Amino acid sequence: MRLIRQAMGSTGRLFLTYMTHVARLLQLTRDALYWSLIAPVKGKGGVRWKSTMQQMVLIGFNSVPIVATICFFVGLIMAMQAAYQLERFGASIYVANLVGVSMTRELGPLLTAIIIAGRSGSAIAAEIGTMKVNEEIDALQTMGLNPTRFLVVPRLLALLLVLPCLSLIADAVGILGGFFLAVFSLDISFIRFLKQTADALVLKDLLTGLTKTFFFAVIIAQVGAYQGFIVEGGAEGVGKSTTNSVVTSIFLIIVADLITTMVFYSTL
Amino acid sequence: MVECEHDVKRVVLVSICLRNGILAAINLSKLLLMFMSIQERQQPIIEIVDLVTAYGQRRILDGINLQILPGETMTILGRSGCGKSTLLRHLIGLSKPSQGHIFIKGQDITSLSEEEMLPIRRKIGMLFQGAALFNSMTVGDNVALPLREHTALEEPTIKIMTRMKLDQVGLAGFDDFMPAQLSGGMKKRAALARAIAMDPDILFCDEPSAGLDPIVAVGIDHLILKLKKAFHMTIVVVTHELASVSLIADRVALLDSGRIIALGTVEQLKQSADDKVQQFFNRIPDPESIDRESYLNSLIE
Repeated sequence: MRLIRQAMGSTGRLFLTYMTHVARLLQLTRDALYWSLIAPVKGKGGVRWKSTMQQMVLIGFNSVPIVATICFFVGLIMAMQAAYQLERFGASIYVANLVGVSMTRELGPLLTAIIIAGRSGSAIAAEIGTMKVNEEIDALQTMGLNPTRFLVVPRLLALLLVLPCLSLIADAVGILGGFFLAVFSLDISFIRFLKQTADALVLKDLLTGLTKTFFFAVIIAQVGAYQGFIVEGGAEGVGKSTTNSVVTSIFLIIVADLITTMVFYSTL
Repeated sequence: MVECEHDVKRVVLVSICLRNGILAAINLSKLLLMFMSIQERQQPIIEIVDLVTAYGQRRILDGINLQILPGETMTILGRSGCGKSTLLRHLIGLSKPSQGHIFIKGQDITSLSEEEMLPIRRKIGMLFQGAALFNSMTVGDNVALPLREHTALEEPTIKIMTRMKLDQVGLAGFDDFMPAQLSGGMKKRAALARAIAMDPDILFCDEPSAGLDPIVAVGIDHLILKLKKAFHMTIVVVTHELASVSLIADRVALLDSGRIIALGTVEQLKQSADDKVQQFFNRIPDPESIDRESYLNSLIE
């Protein structure tokens, strides 16, 4: 009986801890969206565009090589796996459809978000966490500067702007991967592959993928920043929060992907 | 002729009366101003009333009452873990107390929202223990940050002001250095320049000489004294360095277990009959209690 009570108690405490984190994360997201969209209009504090541009370079431009390389390989792998099945039915040309649609609707945005969560979400957590440890967040508050406006908003806006662009690059490079296999291994001509891809894709596919990037950007920025703000202790705390930010971001990205895909699947 | 002489005498008499009247009015106004400034000086710039902070059952601050007058350097002294840093966090509005009030310039900051706190924050400077410079910015940008965010000054003016502030702390020419390129003492100086960037009325310093060698530490103390003379600031210093206290403090509040156990000038405290005050000022270690029974019990518990 005592064991059951203890187990129930610890489960309840764990649940409450998680709910507290969820509530605080939502509060931070609300604050960040307020300082990004409403406060500048009300004249309560502008957006720090210089810092936003710096973040766009760090998160977006510097990530292009890794995003492009991974998506090219994934496009190639998908084409090989598809060709393995489709060749039996003499339908190799449909490799173009499969790669094109799955890259734009699903894999392009998802892979980009996962790469950026690992690369930049962790960097956001580590940077803000180190600032917390060094009392820099306290210094900001003492100077009357809101840490959310100062640190979170530039990163959130940068992610909102660069993630769709990176996602488009991922789509294009993924299709290029499929194209390489089709041209060099399946003997499909360049024009035919291009025409088949163009016929298979509709604008909705592209918009579906791009809509997802909005949710992914918010998740990566907010989880990274939140994990940074809750750092306790020294370097060990920063390391723990960085790991948590990547794990939580990827989990939430997959959940958000599932929900948005379900919505699009049922409405389209 | 006689009539004319009489008129002249009357004019002279009237003018003398007039002059005396004006002089008397000037003297009276001077007296009034002096009286008013004395009155103002007597009004505390910071007033802490029955401040209590508790985490669960444990009281970190237990009924603190303290008044800090304009222009004085108040040093909050105490052992590690006595609650002095917690008290400082409350004074700068980073933490809210469980009970009690803190009045800064007559305003109770414990009941203010972040937005209402903003005008007070602009008149407060804070020197953090680890300097807390923003590592992604140059030293110049660190000092310029409050000016850029809180004033509508033009960029060239901000640059001139930044250079002046850095010059005041002896870091002229270091605008383009990154904080990582500075030594510990230089970081503290740069942080001090940032803290005084907005010409604050009150400067808070958390362990200004912590982690510095004695020569650099005394340099920081002299700098604080110099700034106080130059800007007539009220300075609140939290420290446990006795050498530093003797040099900069006008009054000292000695904190122990969340309470102020002694308040006065350094000389007054040195002559105090209180055992704890004597222990602190004479650097007497705690008696080692090696009670075998209680030690064994603590192991079993």
